[in-house]
Amino acid sequence: MMPRVENAEELRVWREELVKARDPNQPIVRVCLGPGCLAQGADKVAQAFKQTIKEKKLAVEVRPLVKETGCHGFCKIGPLVNLAPSGLFYARVKPEDVESILDLSVVKGEVIERLLYSENGTQYKTAAEIPFYKMQQKIAMRNLGIIDPLDFEDVVAAGAYQAAAKALTEMTPEEVIAEVERSGLRGRGGAGFPTGRKWRTAANALARRPGPAYIVCNGDEGDPGAFMDRAIMEGDPHSVLEGLIIGAYAIGAHEGFIYVRTEYPIAVKNLRTAIKQARELGLLGKNILGTGFDFDLQINRGAGAFVCGESTALFTSIEGKPGEPRPKYIRSAEEGLWGRPTVLNNVETLANLPGIIQNGGEWYAGIGAKGNSGTKAFSLVGKVKNVGLVEVPMGVPLSRIVEEIGGGVPGKDRFKAVQTGGPSGGCIPYELKDTSVDYDSLTKAGSMMGSGGMIVMDDRDCVVDVARYFLRFLEDESCGKCLPCRLGLKGMLEFLDRFAKGKGKIEDIDELENLAQAVKDGSLCALGGSAPNPVLTTIKYFRDEYEAHIKEKKCPAGVCKDLITYRIDPDACTGCGVCAKNCPQECITGEKKKPHVIDESLCIRCGMCLDSCRFEAVKVE
Amino acid sequence: MNEKAKNKQVINFTIDGRPVQAEPGWTVLETARQYGFHIPTLCYHEAVSPSGACRLCVVEAREGKWSKVVISCMYPPYEGVEILTDSPRVQNVRKWILELLLAECPASKEIRELAAEYGVHSTRFEIKNPTEQCVLCGLCVRVCDEIVGVRALSFGSRGTSKRVTTPYMVPSEACVACGCCVAVCPTGAMKSRLDQVRGDLAERIGHAHG
Amino acid sequence: MNQAAIDLDFILDKYPGEPRYLISLLQDVQAEYGYISPEAMSSICDHVMVPISRAWSVATFYKSFSLEPKGEHEIRVCLGTACHLKGGERIAEGLEMELGVQRGETTDDLKFTLETVNCLGACALAPVVMVDDDYIGGARLSAVRRYLKKM
Repeated sequence: MMPRVENAEELRVWREELVKARDPNQPIVRVCLGPGCLAQGADKVAQAFKQTIKEKKLAVEVRPLVKETGCHGFCKIGPLVNLAPSGLFYARVKPEDVESILDLSVVKGEVIERLLYSENGTQYKTAAEIPFYKMQQKIAMRNLGIIDPLDFEDVVAAGAYQAAAKALTEMTPEEVIAEVERSGLRGRGGAGFPTGRKWRTAANALARRPGPAYIVCNGDEGDPGAFMDRAIMEGDPHSVLEGLIIGAYAIGAHEGFIYVRTEYPIAVKNLRTAIKQARELGLLGKNILGTGFDFDLQINRGAGAFVCGESTALFTSIEGKPGEPRPKYIRSAEEGLWGRPTVLNNVETLANLPGIIQNGGEWYAGIGAKGNSGTKAFSLVGKVKNVGLVEVPMGVPLSRIVEEIGGGVPGKDRFKAVQTGGPSGGCIPYELKDTSVDYDSLTKAGSMMGSGGMIVMDDRDCVVDVARYFLRFLEDESCGKCLPCRLGLKGMLEFLDRFAKGKGKIEDIDELENLAQAVKDGSLCALGGSAPNPVLTTIKYFRDEYEAHIKEKKCPAGVCKDLITYRIDPDACTGCGVCAKNCPQECITGEKKKPHVIDESLCIRCGMCLDSCRFEAVKVE
Repeated sequence: MNEKAKNKQVINFTIDGRPVQAEPGWTVLETARQYGFHIPTLCYHEAVSPSGACRLCVVEAREGKWSKVVISCMYPPYEGVEILTDSPRVQNVRKWILELLLAECPASKEIRELAAEYGVHSTRFEIKNPTEQCVLCGLCVRVCDEIVGVRALSFGSRGTSKRVTTPYMVPSEACVACGCCVAVCPTGAMKSRLDQVRGDLAERIGHAHG
Repeated sequence: MNQAAIDLDFILDKYPGEPRYLISLLQDVQAEYGYISPEAMSSICDHVMVPISRAWSVATFYKSFSLEPKGEHEIRVCLGTACHLKGGERIAEGLEMELGVQRGETTDDLKFTLETVNCLGACALAPVVMVDDDYIGGARLSAVRRYLKKM
């Protein structure tokens, strides 16, 4: 049990003492346990470090500390390990490497070259030098990769709850709202609504109708391809709690909820632990830091419904009902949970608040672009070299993120399109690569910022297929309540399925646009309302690709199954026969050690042969 | 009317260019019906709360350069707003919904007639269930919940699998065979599946039914 | 499996008897028993005071609830955007053929349940397949089949 912190002064002093007590020569091994590294076995690497340190007598004055941290961001080259005080940055670390790292790098300070990251012929010793990191500016993800999120001393030393203490003891709720308004912070979950304005609406609504008010954290990150919120919830849960305390104080709420999607069990676990710690220390619960302000939190897990990322559906889910959105002619800030003033803020939005309160709204407004202040976290995935999480100031051109930080498209000199905003967004073509990445510019281009998923596509990705993919995803996730969405998405898919099968008519493109507009105008919520975006942007920017599917019955990217053929290249085929064994149609024939042949009339383009061939002899045309 | 206009409580706005007045709390639909404007609905019924599911009652709300397509059954009019019941955007939404409904509920005479009223006579979309009549308006669910109070009916699943059903899709013990669900159903759907909801009537009331 | 009402007390006692806790209770029962039986649903309804029709709506609306017992092992193929671009759909189809079930179904021997998920948040390793709590990143159909055969 940790002792309660009685007031802000005690918190400040505790932090000072922790920072002073730090030995700059203390060896620290920081192992990234972010989503990407974890999926590559980073937990085994961390375990190996802990075990080996325990068992070996290392020739150092001080035993190395092992910190399991949040996401370092460069997921592509994980598992990642960062060493202090040397600053050595190792990539693709395996449990077998642990002993050498301890013996050579930690004890002797030697560099293990094969574990360093290299790019374009240059080898990098520390993370700070790597271009991927150099061009970023971290505010929301400031602590990821540095602190052990569940080690409370680490958390306090990093400055957690100082901003909440300042707000609660030195500012009035009105001053907190004003500071956030000054910062220009806009909702990081997708729509980009000004946070300060939302808080003010709620505070005013509460003043008009006294009673309970609520603050809710939207941790439902449903956009496929986005995992920034996951990284923050797992790697720095206290920053989320701190943001909620600040917001609750500002609007006058005493009860808060964190809605986390069920597909993120580690985030749930870490948030639960963080809440428990905060309660023990008196940072949550009654009379926080002796200020008389009461506030506590509860975690609600999602249950597998993308639509619950929508505010009214999320509230309905917290109320214990099916997640069906409600028509929103009265703002949730005025009437939300159980009809009471409710503020819903995204994880990343909340993680930005401590910095804004500590450094002032003007500081935040000075970063980024006009009307789009601050930084934004993006998950850069798809056909890009450097896959991972990045945080950059708003207003950076798209090309900087994809080409300079992302390293460009492997094997190609340009990307075809970048999908932003998830299923609600659109594709930005290469021709618009200098588009400024901010809410307004992306919306003007027909897409939207969304939660920050950035999916890079190359010429082997078909836009008709991508539009179809998003529509199928949304059709699957539709709550089914309103006709334009439930029936309209199905209808739009019928058009796209015809295109993909080479059965479309040229008039269909315009008809599809009209149907898309009807779905956009008529849908009850933003799921249906934004579902047409991928279709509309791909038609706008890649109409010729649609026409190729219709007029020439060809899929230029080689994706749409009915319009392509699989062929074995006789020059590359070694006749090993693995493909024939795997073919469910048994349509591959050939003698041993002689080039094999696919019978196209039987081939269903399932991809089994493509998948099993070790010689890349199966060609898609 | 002129006296009411002087009373600050009343909301003055226009529908299709004609000045109208709403009392506080009235929706656009209620106001429109007062003045004899015809706006189609499927999921709206005076006896129960509005749900905004069918979207047929859409109108366009305009103010200067700004405009938005909204559902009249729930949209609260405000001073000076221009409501258009038949603008191109509204027509577009309606005609596609009706064409999609023709494919979804091919067996419903009411849907066919409603679609014909707006010039939609055929559908290009795939008909998956030729005997379907249910549009999932939810009126039966709401009447069973709000008026009768036994809550025998609810929606099961979601998206294109959504169905009006009783728990486990077996006759409901909560059903009292009042027939309200049939009374509010805009198509013949509830009538045709009543047995699935209440089960065998003879068993329910203890003797053979007339 | 018969979930007698009495077995659930340890779960029911964790939550006040208010309608808002319906989903949390269903989640805890799902986590404990792998599915929600009619008896369990009835007990939960009594505890939180909601009609069965509401619990039915909730249990069938949300994907993470199952009204049928699941297999011993859960295979989840991620079909998020990054995984889709890297061939996730082909893997899902391949596993359907391999196991002889459609996605969402359980094999006859109750060994495997095959699910598709809309994003596991491990996009850097697309395509991703999860078997129980283990991740298979950069998954190839052949590798997944080998992994399953070992079980």
